[in-house]
Amino acid sequence: MHLPDAEQLLADLAEKIRPDVTKNTVLVGIYTGGVWLAERLHQILGLTLPLGALDVSFYRDDFGQIGLHPQVKPSNIPFEVEGRHIILIDDVLYTGRTIRAATNELFDYGRPASIRLAALVDRGGRELPIAANYVGATIVLLEDKMLALEQSNNGKLSLSLYDKIPPG
Amino acid sequence: MNNNPQLNKNGELQHLLTTEGLPASILLNILDTAESFVGVTARDIKKVPLLRGKSIFNLFFEPSTRTRTTFEIAAKRLSADVVNLNIAASSQSKGETLLDTVNNLSAMHADMFVVRHSQSGAAHLIARHVRPEIHVINAGDGRHAHPTQALLDMFTIRRYKRNFRNLRVAIVGDILHSRVARSQIHALTTLGVPEVRIIAPKTLLPAKVERLGVHVYHDMAQGLKDVDVLLMLRLQNERMLGACLPSSEEYFKHYGLTQEKLALAKQDSIVLHPGPMNRGIEIDSAVADGKQSVILPQVTFGIAVRMAVMTILAGN
Repeated sequence: MHLPDAEQLLADLAEKIRPDVTKNTVLVGIYTGGVWLAERLHQILGLTLPLGALDVSFYRDDFGQIGLHPQVKPSNIPFEVEGRHIILIDDVLYTGRTIRAATNELFDYGRPASIRLAALVDRGGRELPIAANYVGATIVLLEDKMLALEQSNNGKLSLSLYDKIPPG
Repeated sequence: MNNNPQLNKNGELQHLLTTEGLPASILLNILDTAESFVGVTARDIKKVPLLRGKSIFNLFFEPSTRTRTTFEIAAKRLSADVVNLNIAASSQSKGETLLDTVNNLSAMHADMFVVRHSQSGAAHLIARHVRPEIHVINAGDGRHAHPTQALLDMFTIRRYKRNFRNLRVAIVGDILHSRVARSQIHALTTLGVPEVRIIAPKTLLPAKVERLGVHVYHDMAQGLKDVDVLLMLRLQNERMLGACLPSSEEYFKHYGLTQEKLALAKQDSIVLHPGPMNRGIEIDSAVADGKQSVILPQVTFGIAVRMAVMTILAGN
């Protein structure tokens, strides 16, 4: 299956976000792909406020089933959340559960003025009432496929499609 | 299959009873996870919802303020429900056995037991006895082990020294009675510290301690030379029974950590102490409150490390 060029999608996404950017806008990337995207968007949009990064492992709803993710990274929100307009950045929007977890985590830092969502790809399959405000591309995928954003050594982003490893 | 009672059939941590025999990967996973919890404990809202609805029982058969409090705070920051039982003052004094106490609490749907006991092996006994969905953390058993203390020491060392390779670490004081020292030695060795020294008078050393792979010194001037990390131990007066030392003044003269003695170690060395400190016995106030002391950060990191241990156990 032909996948779109991630770099082109990133450029498109930046232009969709740009009209809404104010001096009170902050970007928060969700590990791992969302943080790569947020770093690039921060640069393209010339934002001055620092960038945030979230690892939502402590807020996931599947902890009771699968336990803690093996590689938890520290979340880093180096600004006051109170009153800020936050744009949450993720690579692939799917069930919406990650976004639910990220939203809950942000509220434990303070009460933002608003949270919007930007995703490089929306692959459908939502299990929660969540929608993105900015989307690079919409791709319909079967349930047994996994779409992943990857970063090469020179920082170039690309999309890859994998077969999900069946449980057990 | 493995014979380590701490691991489940997948080789994951089921109970935390001792640092002995745990692979470096498990120790490092605890330290890495704790790094993420440090950020949580620095926020305005210091809670995450991971253990919501879980019941954690602190079973303290021996008095403790700091360890019990940090376990309690750790559990509460994970949103668990915590029940503190000061058993020294309750059922056991009425004659109930340890396992009867545990059975009763299991019937109240406990998910985790944090156990402090004056008898070595008490936490192991409980771990062997409980249903497989219950996790046990050893918060100190007799002279045997105190794994979360050792882990928070490892976390503190890594924070200040970046990694464990090329380090010279000295454990100073009452090794004989110290469960902390035993857990520290196993953790340091597993994590690849090339030189672990212990410095103590002969009367405060267990027999054949060299077998643990440590270098033994009886003299502070020799033992502290070029050391990167000093792990001070509390002089365990309550376990001493009078026979090991002439007097605490004599001990301070030879083994108490003063600025003069600390100057023998590396200039950028750090000083740790598990608390509570006996100022003027094993450590001088000028050192305890000095700029090489990381004793208070240890307490802060101790909460993050215990949150990590509880989370990893509950998830396995």
